[in-house]
Amino acid sequence: MNTFATTLGQPNATSIIFFFVFIAITLAITYVAAKKSQSASNFYAAGRSVTGWQNGLALAGDYMSAASFLGIAGLVSLKGYDGLIYSIGFLVGWPIIMFLVAEPLRNLGKYTFADVVAYRLSQKPIRVAASIGSLLTVCFYLIAQMVGSGALVTMMFGLPYETAIIAVGAVMIAYVLFGGMLATTWVQIIKAVLLLAGATAMVVMALSRFGFNVTALFDAAAVTYGDKMLNPGGLVANPLDALSLGLALMFGTAGLPHILMRFYTVPDAKTARKSVFYATGLIGYFYVLTFIIGFAAMVLVGRDVVARVDAGGNMAALLLAEVTGGTVFLGFIAAVAFATILAVVAGLTLAGATTLSHDLYANVFRAGRSSEEAEMRVAKRATVGLGIVAVLLGLAFKGQNVAFMVGLAFAIAASANFPALLLSILWKGTSTVGAAASIVTGTVTAVGLIMLSPTVWVDIFGNAAPIFPWKNPTLVSMPAAFLAGWLGSVFVPDAKARSLYAAQQIRNYLGVGAE
Amino acid sequence: MPTSATATAACDPRLFAALVRKRWTVSLALTVLMLGIYYGFIYVLAYRADLLATRLGERMTVGIPVGLGIILASWLLTGIYVRWANGGYDDAVSTIKCAMQENQG
Repeated sequence: MNTFATTLGQPNATSIIFFFVFIAITLAITYVAAKKSQSASNFYAAGRSVTGWQNGLALAGDYMSAASFLGIAGLVSLKGYDGLIYSIGFLVGWPIIMFLVAEPLRNLGKYTFADVVAYRLSQKPIRVAASIGSLLTVCFYLIAQMVGSGALVTMMFGLPYETAIIAVGAVMIAYVLFGGMLATTWVQIIKAVLLLAGATAMVVMALSRFGFNVTALFDAAAVTYGDKMLNPGGLVANPLDALSLGLALMFGTAGLPHILMRFYTVPDAKTARKSVFYATGLIGYFYVLTFIIGFAAMVLVGRDVVARVDAGGNMAALLLAEVTGGTVFLGFIAAVAFATILAVVAGLTLAGATTLSHDLYANVFRAGRSSEEAEMRVAKRATVGLGIVAVLLGLAFKGQNVAFMVGLAFAIAASANFPALLLSILWKGTSTVGAAASIVTGTVTAVGLIMLSPTVWVDIFGNAAPIFPWKNPTLVSMPAAFLAGWLGSVFVPDAKARSLYAAQQIRNYLGVGAE
Repeated sequence: MPTSATATAACDPRLFAALVRKRWTVSLALTVLMLGIYYGFIYVLAYRADLLATRLGERMTVGIPVGLGIILASWLLTGIYVRWANGGYDDAVSTIKCAMQENQG
């Protein structure tokens, strides 16, 4: 088993063919979408024509990144059970989206979550504050994805890191710039179907070696690598830290701008609700697959081989593909992983560009008086600008440990975006000062504490001991944001916001006047 | 952004208030349930990890079906909400909207 020699990292004809087929199809879709993407509602929200199933797949596509596919399978292949604890954390945010924000978001907003927060408050301060929260979330998420993708492409195809980053940036800009939300949605749907189909095929082939008996697979893992593989290990060493990370994942998912934006692509609240049900099922199924893939890689590829190819285990799923389906299947899965990277960065870039053009340009700089054509011009420039920034950040952070940035993105989303969103939906007394204070407090506390935490203060800056004890700040920063929101609203109340609450309720719960 | 519906909503404020209250009772109950399941799991991991290491078969542990069960439970909770909302909630919404239109006409 341990003599297994991989062809990973060498140019692979099948993966190149599959990859070019994917690029050709998605660019053809982009070309068709380009003809329809001239209006704001088409560019930002795919003309609100996406069905429940389509949006479910697109939401799942946005969330199932290459990092979670390869990273979680790798974590399971090296550490066993602990990988499952990690994936559960990423799933439990989805029911929260459904129960607390999906329908209000659809009924009250137009293109961004700032639309909802600013619904009855003063536009300028709220949009500026919400844009900071949005852009920081998008940027940290984007850096993590870009750096991860450069490293992955290098490992998978043997391409130089810089070439990989520039290629990802160029194709992603083409999707968003020409095809807007419609093309981005279809790229997500195609990628989600390919990823789920590829992972399912891999699990079926792997389980065929165990007589289609999952228990036999787990037993084999325990026989070779010890019973500890089937038991929880050291992932929850500090309960408060685990609680803090749990809060970030649970409520951060409900504050990710690129996810929230998808609820504007469906025609109504009822479809939004259905799409979360489909997305949760698909993502849950995906995590079950990655768990089995991780164990199968542990047994069929061998833990030492996985660790030798990449110390973090990131190549476990690809190695298993080669063992179960040969070079052709490896090529297919590698192409799917690359497609996954492209789709996720495209979704993030669109969300960032929308914040710049819709929230900042149209509603702050032009105070809502800009023409749709002007706003679209800015949106397209913002797309190119953000795409270039993403490439530059990817190059700047080459070889650095950026894993903490995903945690940071979730912490900011849970602290800056989610509390203000929930307060504005649920509490009549929310004032402009309160909501802005909540966003600013959440952002500053989350970013500040993570700088002082073990992940950055010790691991990156090289200090001996952390100033803030936990790896994740959300247990402090999220309550701080709610407190700031309450204090600001109580001390600087907003009579106009109070008087508009009744109208907001009608639109929120009955959908009357929703766009 | 406020619409002309503001005035007409007053046609039956009690019905509307009850609808909103019911919606949040259901949502918050399901949210609390989700929080309970997830943090219950984290609590067990932190303080009673040995429970999850209990053997089920020859080597298989309780932890694996529990973990996969939490994934399934999260999905079922979203299903329960959709079922509730597609039934009672949507009906109540259309009733109130009809009443509003009659009042307007």
